[in-house]
Amino acid sequence: MKRILIIGATSAIANACARAWAEQGCEFFLVARSVEKLELTQADLTVRGAKAVTLYCMDATDFSAHGPMLESCIATMRQIDVALIAHGTLPDQKACEQDVSTALDELTRNGTSVIGLLTILANQFEIQRCGTFAVISSVAGDRGRPSNYLYGTAKAAVSTFCEGLRGRMFKVGVHVITIKPGFVDTPMTQGLGLPVALVAKPAQVAKLILKGIDKGSNTIYVPGFWRFIMLIIKSVPSFIFKRTNL
Amino acid sequence: MSDSLYSWGHYPDKPQSGHPSNWRDDLPHLLEQVSRAYGGTLPYGNGRSYGDSCLASTDHVLCTRGLDRFIEADWEAGTVCAEAGITLAEILAIAIPRGWFLAVTPGTQFVTLGGAIANDVHGKNHHVRGTFGKHVLSFGLLREGQAIVCSASSNMHLYSATIGGLGLTGIISWACIQLIPIRASQINSSVVRFSNLAEFFSLSAELDHQHEYSVAWIDCLAKGRDTGRGVFIVGDHAQFGTLEVGSRSKLRVPFTPPLSLINRLSLQAFNQAYWHVHPGTSKRVRGSYEPFFYPLDRILHWNRVYGRLGFQQYQCVIPDDVADVAMREVLEAIADAGHGSFLAVLKRCGDIKSPGLLSFPLPGASLALDFPQKQGLEKLFLRLDQIVHEAGGRLYPAKDAHMSGGHFRRAYPAWEQLEALRDPSLNSHFWKRVTE
Repeated sequence: MKRILIIGATSAIANACARAWAEQGCEFFLVARSVEKLELTQADLTVRGAKAVTLYCMDATDFSAHGPMLESCIATMRQIDVALIAHGTLPDQKACEQDVSTALDELTRNGTSVIGLLTILANQFEIQRCGTFAVISSVAGDRGRPSNYLYGTAKAAVSTFCEGLRGRMFKVGVHVITIKPGFVDTPMTQGLGLPVALVAKPAQVAKLILKGIDKGSNTIYVPGFWRFIMLIIKSVPSFIFKRTNL
Repeated sequence: MSDSLYSWGHYPDKPQSGHPSNWRDDLPHLLEQVSRAYGGTLPYGNGRSYGDSCLASTDHVLCTRGLDRFIEADWEAGTVCAEAGITLAEILAIAIPRGWFLAVTPGTQFVTLGGAIANDVHGKNHHVRGTFGKHVLSFGLLREGQAIVCSASSNMHLYSATIGGLGLTGIISWACIQLIPIRASQINSSVVRFSNLAEFFSLSAELDHQHEYSVAWIDCLAKGRDTGRGVFIVGDHAQFGTLEVGSRSKLRVPFTPPLSLINRLSLQAFNQAYWHVHPGTSKRVRGSYEPFFYPLDRILHWNRVYGRLGFQQYQCVIPDDVADVAMREVLEAIADAGHGSFLAVLKRCGDIKSPGLLSFPLPGASLALDFPQKQGLEKLFLRLDQIVHEAGGRLYPAKDAHMSGGHFRRAYPAWEQLEALRDPSLNSHFWKRVTE
């Protein structure tokens, strides 16, 4: 029975993971912005078998709220076995190009807020000397592409931060897994007209994430074929890559 | 917004734009927004209705599949409440390990809870449990901007209009249902061959009341004295065994072939073989509930085998007093036309009354078969409709893409009550076709 902290608990991928954990009888501390959606999620997980579900309302971009949230989480669960960081948005790249504050807000939401949370969580994990950080990054962070390089920038920062953190936490028995989903059928991607053959279902992605956590993988692409797609994309020379509209 | 949603039969060819709903608390806003922008909509669950009853007259549907959360469960009493977009498979996945099963299940577990109510689906145990609607304790209905709770004791008129109401009375946002207790997830079944329709009726009279589940498969191509030959299948929940959720590996039809793979040749071969592999004397089989209830769920997208033109299912029910004569006429007409399907399903419906206004089953015999869409099908359907109509029977709106308005209105006299309770922002191609 794991004790699980989820930031961005109402996101589709986090929700799918939580359902799979609920069936194992896990205990949850769920963090998200909307209390209504948290309550709907709480009821669902309870019916599915969760041992206990505690809710906490927080906007991840409010850095001053991170500390009290963590204190409340520790007071409730005593220990965190898995911290799943799953909050985020898919920014409108065009809007980010036009307006600096929009760009920086999105960078905060998808990048620095994750770094902030991981920083304070790392200190907690260093004390308990066990547990796993599962951080949802993205294939978008592997290379800057004209269609969404602001999102890519944020996720690249997250991926790199996780890699460094992994090295630090390894020494104290804490594991860090970087999760890079490709296209997933979620509210975040609804209406993008993504190629059907490449779009995975959240439940399928969740299964792979749980497997990666249990196995102690370092970086996983979900589904796995994205590793090969990104390998190709990363190996395209810049003089060609800059001419594409990916 | 996602494009190109169809009904299960892929006929009529009216692609729908889907507007996904993911959260119950966002539903009122979404409904209002879509109705205002497109002049109306219709709830769309998992797209398992065969004809045009799940297609919005505006071609803009509100997809409820994202509403798939459980709300509450009482494992002492066997009741479960969930959002309307959850599938029956998802309910079974948590109910079976706790010793409960759906009181009524249709032939696929991939329908949504809301869809099962809106079509008041029935199953192999209609003769003992009635329809799905009979086991619906209460549900939430969003209509005309208001959230209403309906049950047998509150908002009764909307409760009965919504059960079998084809999604027209409002959007069902959640529902509570009563489950039945089981000791094991296995089904003990027995299978016996019968050589004509008369034998079917005598087997049904003899066996139905002894078993929870009863259904027959018919060789719809057999003619003359073989007319109506088939295989009779009865089953019961096993008293001993394990409580295991089915986990069969799934096959998949990967794409839609340009032409139907179901043709005279393949049909003939299948029907012959299927009849001959089954024993003349009763054979007992024990197996998981999945192949017993959901044989076709094993093959994902099986509807694609009918090619780009799609297919229509013909499902009628004929009252008991004339069932044998009229059913024989129906089967002869089908065999003469040489159309037909792999799985023609014949079942005796019982006399348990549904709370639903427009519920399909009536005491009698129900026949369902699939026909690849092609020229000349209307002629056969016209002939079949005539037989069914004269016998005082009716067709199943959930499967229908052809019945005439006249036939519908005579067979479902309560339609005017449903029309009066219809949410003006909701309408389907089916409803327009049969009421206007």
